[in-house]
Amino acid sequence: MQLIPCPWCGPREEAEFHYGGQAHVAYPEDPSALTDEEWARYVFFRENPSGPFAERWSHNAGCRRWFNAVRDTRTHDLLAVYRVGEPMPEVTA
Amino acid sequence: MTSPPGAHLPEHPDFLWDDPEPKSSYDVVVVGGGGHGLATAYYLAKVHGITNVAVLEKGWLAGGNMARNTTIIRSNYLWDESSGIYEHSLKLWEGLEEDLGYPILFDQRGVLNLAHSLQDVRDSVRRVNANRLNGIDAEWVDPAGVKEICPIVNTSPDVRYPVLGATYQPRAGIAKHDYVAWGYARAAHEMGVDLIQDCEVTGLETAGGRITAVRTSRGRIAAGKVALCAAGHSSVLAKMAGIPLPLASHPLQALVSELLEPVHPTVVMSNAVHVYVSQAHKGELVMGAGIDSYNGYGQRGSFHIIEQQMAAALELFPVFARAHLLRTWAGIVDVSPDASPIVGLTPVGGLYLNCGWGTGGFKATPGVGDCFAHTIAHDKPHPFNEPFTLERFTTGALVDEHGAAAVAH
Repeated sequence: MQLIPCPWCGPREEAEFHYGGQAHVAYPEDPSALTDEEWARYVFFRENPSGPFAERWSHNAGCRRWFNAVRDTRTHDLLAVYRVGEPMPEVTA
Repeated sequence: MTSPPGAHLPEHPDFLWDDPEPKSSYDVVVVGGGGHGLATAYYLAKVHGITNVAVLEKGWLAGGNMARNTTIIRSNYLWDESSGIYEHSLKLWEGLEEDLGYPILFDQRGVLNLAHSLQDVRDSVRRVNANRLNGIDAEWVDPAGVKEICPIVNTSPDVRYPVLGATYQPRAGIAKHDYVAWGYARAAHEMGVDLIQDCEVTGLETAGGRITAVRTSRGRIAAGKVALCAAGHSSVLAKMAGIPLPLASHPLQALVSELLEPVHPTVVMSNAVHVYVSQAHKGELVMGAGIDSYNGYGQRGSFHIIEQQMAAALELFPVFARAHLLRTWAGIVDVSPDASPIVGLTPVGGLYLNCGWGTGGFKATPGVGDCFAHTIAHDKPHPFNEPFTLERFTTGALVDEHGAAAVAH
């Protein structure tokens, strides 16, 4: 089973985690000012790269905290993990 | 002098299609040589007389999801829009063997979609009624009826997720996925379509808001029109033309058992316990799982998904306990927010989009091939794919099929 290195608990089995999709998607600052197109972008459109992808995970069966990871979607290798609020680290795939 | 090994064997049979060098230009370039791409090329040639067509495949023909699906064919979706395109497809399946002049082992053995909770029952009965209003064969069967149709299903009430009934579509079934691809490829090739393998698209060229060419690992190919049929890689391709898509590519796993005597007469699907099972003509039990939660292009998934799926299969079919697993694999499925496909025009002139089929594209192969070819030939959607625009995510006119599609599309 793939091990995911929780930044709080260290490496744990993947089954302990819950996936949260793309990271760094901010809630719109002024939602009522958005056009339909901008709402659609916010609600439905996410990056879907073949390669490094910044995404959210929650350590559900552990510390229950959310964190971010950069994972290569081709190999499923975790290139970096970092805490919420920290900027995405530089990685080489 | 002894003869070389194999000298007594007959000559290699004729190939069903050639392996040509790409020409410098085509009227239509179809990107993706899976079921949808091959079917689109076939109907372009057959129905619309457009034969200066290339199908570009980065690997080998039908080696992606067309080789990895669980071959289930059905049309019992909830909404009118979905009924239209899936039932159109099912009707084409019913004549496809004759149309292609090639055996595809299409077998209408029916599909049971099990209900395990009162909410499942309500949703299922509603779907049966919606299907019947749309002229689709559907009935609600109680647990005794389930047992009669598929005697090996465990319908006892003392399990964690008891079977409370099922929807049944008798005209649903399975087909031999490889034969379907080969049949379309052979027929398209005979009408003059170039099937070009080992040819990866690396760029899309546009000028004045119109598509002009594709760049590939085998050189630049000018194109009047370009049609994307790339399933899990649709986001990557569309991005080359600057078009963001509301898709997430996930691994979807499936597995087969060793070959067994015929034990399973129909197709059984269960959204609640995440498994769907049929028995292939050859004898393997074919079982599909739910998608892995994370995005992935690696054509493999996590083992705990398989474990969960086997647990579900064993609860439904205790008789499988001694069956051995033969192999597991994964495909990359492009999941859309409303579990419905995106088929139609794009903001770029001459560039057409067919994606978002998620876990359920195989059943749609003939239907979408026909409708997508129409869309390309007329630069206008066919009535059956008109609701499935990219714009619906902005206008809000979603076609929410999570209930009918769910895990077991």
